[in-house]
Amino acid sequence: MEHIDLYNLLKERFGEETVLEHVVTGDPAKGLRDPFILIRCEALPDICEFLKTDERTRFDLLHCISAVDRPEYFESVYHLFSMLLRHWAILKVRTAKTDPHVPSVARIWPAADWHEREAYDLMGIVYDGHPNLKRILLPDEWEGHPLRKDYTFPEHEHLREIGL
Amino acid sequence: MAYLKDLLLGFSLFQALPISVIYILTAAICAVVAIAAIAVVALVAVWFERKISAHMQCRLGPMYVGWHGVLQTAADGVKLFVKEDIIPATADKLLFILAPGIVFVGAMLSWVVIPLGPKMAATDLNIAVLYLLATSSVVAIGIIMAGWASHNKWSLYGSMRGAAQFLSYEIPTALFIIPPVLLAGSLRLGTIVDEQAGGFLGMGNWYVWNPFCLISFICYYVSTLAETNRIPFDLPESESELVSGFHVEYSGIRFSFFFMAEYADMFIVSALGVLLFLGGWHGPFGINHAFIYIAKVCALLFVTIWLRWTLPRLRIDQLMATCWKFLIPLGLINILGASFWMILTGKV
Amino acid sequence: MITPAQPKPLQGEPLVVHMGPQHPSTHGVLRVELHTDGEVVERAIPNIGYLHRCKEKIGESIGYDAYVPYTDRMDYLAAMNNNWTWAMCVEKLAEIEVPERAEYIRVFVGELNRIASHLVAVGTYGLDLGAFTPFLHAFREREMTLDILEELSGGRLCFGYVRIGGVAEDMTARAMDMTRRFLKQFRAKLDSFNELLSFNHIFIKRTANIGALSGEQAIAYGITGPMLRASGVDWDLRRDEPYSIYNRFEFDIPVGQGLKGQVGDNWDRYWIRIREMYESTRILEQVIDGFPEGSHMGKVPAVLRPPKDAEVYVRTECPRGELAFYMISDGSKVPFRLKARGPSFCNLSVFEELTRDMLIADVVATLGTFDVVMGEVDR
Repeated sequence: MEHIDLYNLLKERFGEETVLEHVVTGDPAKGLRDPFILIRCEALPDICEFLKTDERTRFDLLHCISAVDRPEYFESVYHLFSMLLRHWAILKVRTAKTDPHVPSVARIWPAADWHEREAYDLMGIVYDGHPNLKRILLPDEWEGHPLRKDYTFPEHEHLREIGL
Repeated sequence: MAYLKDLLLGFSLFQALPISVIYILTAAICAVVAIAAIAVVALVAVWFERKISAHMQCRLGPMYVGWHGVLQTAADGVKLFVKEDIIPATADKLLFILAPGIVFVGAMLSWVVIPLGPKMAATDLNIAVLYLLATSSVVAIGIIMAGWASHNKWSLYGSMRGAAQFLSYEIPTALFIIPPVLLAGSLRLGTIVDEQAGGFLGMGNWYVWNPFCLISFICYYVSTLAETNRIPFDLPESESELVSGFHVEYSGIRFSFFFMAEYADMFIVSALGVLLFLGGWHGPFGINHAFIYIAKVCALLFVTIWLRWTLPRLRIDQLMATCWKFLIPLGLINILGASFWMILTGKV
Repeated sequence: MITPAQPKPLQGEPLVVHMGPQHPSTHGVLRVELHTDGEVVERAIPNIGYLHRCKEKIGESIGYDAYVPYTDRMDYLAAMNNNWTWAMCVEKLAEIEVPERAEYIRVFVGELNRIASHLVAVGTYGLDLGAFTPFLHAFREREMTLDILEELSGGRLCFGYVRIGGVAEDMTARAMDMTRRFLKQFRAKLDSFNELLSFNHIFIKRTANIGALSGEQAIAYGITGPMLRASGVDWDLRRDEPYSIYNRFEFDIPVGQGLKGQVGDNWDRYWIRIREMYESTRILEQVIDGFPEGSHMGKVPAVLRPPKDAEVYVRTECPRGELAFYMISDGSKVPFRLKARGPSFCNLSVFEELTRDMLIADVVATLGTFDVVMGEVDR
């Protein structure tokens, strides 16, 4: 299924106030790049459930979850792939800069477990409903979330540890 | 020992001493010879193993210390001697220090009856086979002790495995030793070997040609691989799972005790196999020499090393199943078969 | 009526053992928390992050072309494939044409590196099970592939050879000769390797029917690459979503059949890699027979400035699975956001599920078939 058809399908099923926009990135003059569908944060689990189970979509493989730090909001990007029908879906949700929360999809795809933990660890987005949301790459006592654009690196961390 | 005593008494200097001193002296000489034998066997066997494994793996192995690295093990030994002696802070110190000693002593005790050639045993004990079975269990105690005393979870696992493995495999080892003992009608190693003299080409009377003893020989060999903690049965050590099992906390000279004991044990079980099944020092055409005997032991050692560098390791349940579900029933049936054989051939 | 209190079953608490980060068979700095009851492991929880080097953060501060060596150090056993994925991603973002000869060289080095990587995987897997000799036999062959790659790139582990727009150096006649010589004897060597390890009775007993992963479970956990195919899912990007020039070559995709046990067990995962090496030699033979003339480097602007707010997601079939880069540009010289999806990271996430109630020895044997490279898991 083409990406724009997928968008129309979702819009039809969930309504325009939930499935917000279909965006094709890139510059029309210089060539287009990957598209994505922007959806409302709260509706994410329902839409994902639909995408996974519906006959026309059947997205069984969650390929990747990426968190992006935009100036005004955080984004959580879902790259879905269907092994059966061999098509892509790229979903995006936006969440506030302060106290970011996104519903978890780990219940739908077990693959989301580690991806969401990584996004939480490095970007600080809290995935509500995640079974085991704790840091995965960094030590548990680490402060801050390094992939945020405003993150300041601790200076001479190793020197402080040995008392210099 | 009796031979040595007579030798000493041949000198006028020693005739003046009381006979008890002579006994102590001969015992001391035998002990020194045994320790030296372990050291030499370990040195040679380790070099042997390193070279064989290297050539199996398209490498050269040690090349720099001596001719083709023949002194490499000695150099390693010196290194192990001068290394810092580390005892973990939380270890049970007494047991930690005792354990390598016990393992080493277990290996050494066997040398009392293992001959190095005709009439070259410290003592030709009339229950030598029984004695060997008893002393080989001592090693198990040392290994359990080492694993427990190290206060390390990996070594605890190693010693747990070791305890289960060594105690289980004592039984098939003993069962498969019985047929040649039955045939010879003696537990004395010298008698068992001499019973195998003569026959076709001077090799026809080896017990290994007897069908039941052949089964015995193969299964004895398999069980002793487990007894001596060699791949495919090196579970107490199992480097890739338990890091290095029961001796994970040992280093330097204490480690080398385990190391030497392993190779000494390998030599002992190979020697026992040769004595019981392969005619000891009786070579083809009636040649009868210590070198024949040593050559046979080396051949068996080679097979051990060959297997070590070819096969993967078994899992603990497979190891136990091999012992209890296969080897022990087979051993019992085998004894029965050997007994019937003796009745049918009129040896009883 | 008073019911008599039931006696509690005798039970101790599980013994927690930390396998790693320094352990001979965790293949790097992985730590696995083993909750054991005797020899049985009730839970094996992988703990990662010991090799985290902020690769994504670094990517946001240095130029597109300067990032190539950083991709080497993700999956350091298949650095060529990582370089290639990165180059493809940037080429798609900035619309750069790659000459045909460069594509041939890329397939060439990619497949050679796949062989080298799989040789490490199967060799060290033997080591995990206590067989030492196959390991060195595998490394002997790997050495020959590395010699060829060294002839081309000058490196032996981290090559930095596949660049944006092409490759760093042109193919040489000597490398071709070396490859022909290598291919002439490699299959025979693999056959003897199979005799030594793959069809060894003990080896089969140790691996068959252990850690079987079903196809549905594999897809649900986002598992890709040989692990997915071993579970019976016929999926390979090189054939099903052909990138570069893979559609010009003829090769089969091996799929797990459960020859020695269940589909997707440890033996299947191991065997898939052996069969992929045979297929890679087929591709290599076709590549060196069909080398076109031309340039090895396309036209690349001195300073790359991809269009603003462009997003790409590019994935390729690396030896361990699908490596993907998600990249957002903001029109400047550096990416706005870079996300690397390492296949080992996703593959490892099923580990806890798969190793429930296994023996310690089987946990090690199962981890070996995952063939994780921690550089890629932690990034």
